[in-house]
Amino acid sequence: MTQPSTRAPKWAKGLNYDRGEAVIGIEHYVVVSSILFVLGVLGIFLNRKNVIVILMAIELILLSVNINFVAFSAFLNDLVGQIFAMFILTVAAGEAAIGLAILVIFFRDRGTIAVDDVNRMKG
Amino acid sequence: MDFKSSLGLIAPEIILSVSSLVLLLVAAWAGDKASRAISVIACFVLGACFFLVAPMVCAGVAGPDAVAFDGLFTADAFAGFAKLLIFAATGAALVIAPSFFDRTRSMKAEYPVLILLAALGMSLMVSATDLLTLYIGLELNSLASYVLAAFLRNDERSAEAGLKYFVLGALASGILLFGMSLTYGFTGSTDFTAVRAALTGDMSTGALFAVIFVLAGLAFKISAVPFHMWTPDVYEGSPTPVTAFFATAPKVAAVALLMRVSLDAFGMQADAWRQIVLFVALASIIVGALGAIGQANIKRLMAFSSINNVGFILIGLVTGTVDGASAMLVYLAIYIAMTAGSFIAIVMMKDENGAPVELIADIAGLSRSKPLLAACLAMMMFSLAGIPPLFGFWGKFVVFQAAVEADYVALAAVGIAASVIGAFYYLKIVKVMYFDEPADVVKGSSDWAHWALLAISALFISPLGYLLTGWLGGVADKAATTLFLVAA
Repeated sequence: MTQPSTRAPKWAKGLNYDRGEAVIGIEHYVVVSSILFVLGVLGIFLNRKNVIVILMAIELILLSVNINFVAFSAFLNDLVGQIFAMFILTVAAGEAAIGLAILVIFFRDRGTIAVDDVNRMKG
Repeated sequence: MDFKSSLGLIAPEIILSVSSLVLLLVAAWAGDKASRAISVIACFVLGACFFLVAPMVCAGVAGPDAVAFDGLFTADAFAGFAKLLIFAATGAALVIAPSFFDRTRSMKAEYPVLILLAALGMSLMVSATDLLTLYIGLELNSLASYVLAAFLRNDERSAEAGLKYFVLGALASGILLFGMSLTYGFTGSTDFTAVRAALTGDMSTGALFAVIFVLAGLAFKISAVPFHMWTPDVYEGSPTPVTAFFATAPKVAAVALLMRVSLDAFGMQADAWRQIVLFVALASIIVGALGAIGQANIKRLMAFSSINNVGFILIGLVTGTVDGASAMLVYLAIYIAMTAGSFIAIVMMKDENGAPVELIADIAGLSRSKPLLAACLAMMMFSLAGIPPLFGFWGKFVVFQAAVEADYVALAAVGIAASVIGAFYYLKIVKVMYFDEPADVVKGSSDWAHWALLAISALFISPLGYLLTGWLGGVADKAATTLFLVAA
């Protein structure tokens, strides 16, 4: 793992690298992943449509965590973060499979996957 | 620690994983008619693991001898104590299941396999001393639990419980993971010891966020307020044996995990998380006590009871002392017996068709049709309310004692006041069973295994349980000391 190259890529020609203006630092990664995380959480709570969207929001959360891990791993020169990201990917696949399976039996019972219809129990 | 001795330390986990995979193959080939045989074998496997772990707990194994795989896994006395409770509670969930599912012919061969996999996940959780092991154990347990919650596939409420549990559980895992990624970023390691060493002195904002996110994710798993909203729905909708399982074993695992994370990994920042845990404990006690009052479904009521009890357990964590940790372990052991006993009694309440009886109104006058069952349930309720001659009182006593010794008198006072409020709904059940006009709904008999388990838990929480206080306290002290030894 190396620090990001200081040589400007083609698309960044107009930016002054020596002043450090266009260097993508760790904070950029953390900001992006935080935004994705918040979007994912909001996707679960604000979504009133259907449960598939919630599954997508969960994937979004897991991906934001992966960005964090890989970015930190690169900046710390430590491999553990990338290994962790691999595990998260694997578990995310299992989680999606189980979520869809539960959704299928829910649909079979109720004939709907609208979030507002998940209301048999209240109180 | 070389590879070979590491393998020796994870022997219970190896046994659990190999046998659950073998049983999964048996289930795939032999089908549902083998479900009873698989359940029996699964019980024996859990028993074997129990007796493999037991000597370790009594000996109080600790220090570098207990660390396997370069700090990924620690099989110390603390983990052992939690594992004993987990294996016992899991075994109970296996034994009470077949007769419950048989009525609708929904006993599937996967049930014992899923339960074993969940037990494996929990036993990894309590031994985890690295964020990676923690995550794998937690997810192994959670994924199996989601399926178990939705186990009655043709029951609308069960499917809904599974869906709700899945969505909120996945959200909790996400929050926990985000916290773990920040922990990794700001400390440079996922190992608890290294995290502890890095988190000394003033904490950066990022590290504070990491601590908060990790604690929030774990609070979800132990269903502490304000992350408790899934609990009543999931407990009500899941099949009763599964609810009994959720209320016991995963609670132990998550609480033990929370203890290890906050006292080991974040141990140097106790001042940062103490306020949070204090708030969560008080809120859980109060919400658990007040929320249960209007409930008509006994499983829902037990959900609030478990929220309430988690609050009491967390009081021990607020103190952050060895006594507090030991009190938490004692409380957990007693809580498991009371809750498992209550749920076994609930499983045994069936109407004339054998359908489960869940409404509190339907158990009116139970003392006349089923005096023994009513007496056992009444005893569990008295014990949960913390009324002195029963063992439930002792759990609350040690926790409050630890709080008072650590100068948290106000916290103990609020806790005691709330437990008086909580006593109201426990006693309401006793009143309904003994003094109301019989509803004559509960009929049908139960098999001997249920009676045997109910008798064991009733005996444990009876005044006879006090004979165990010295021994239980000693083992819990030893286990709690281990936790602080690793930290030092």
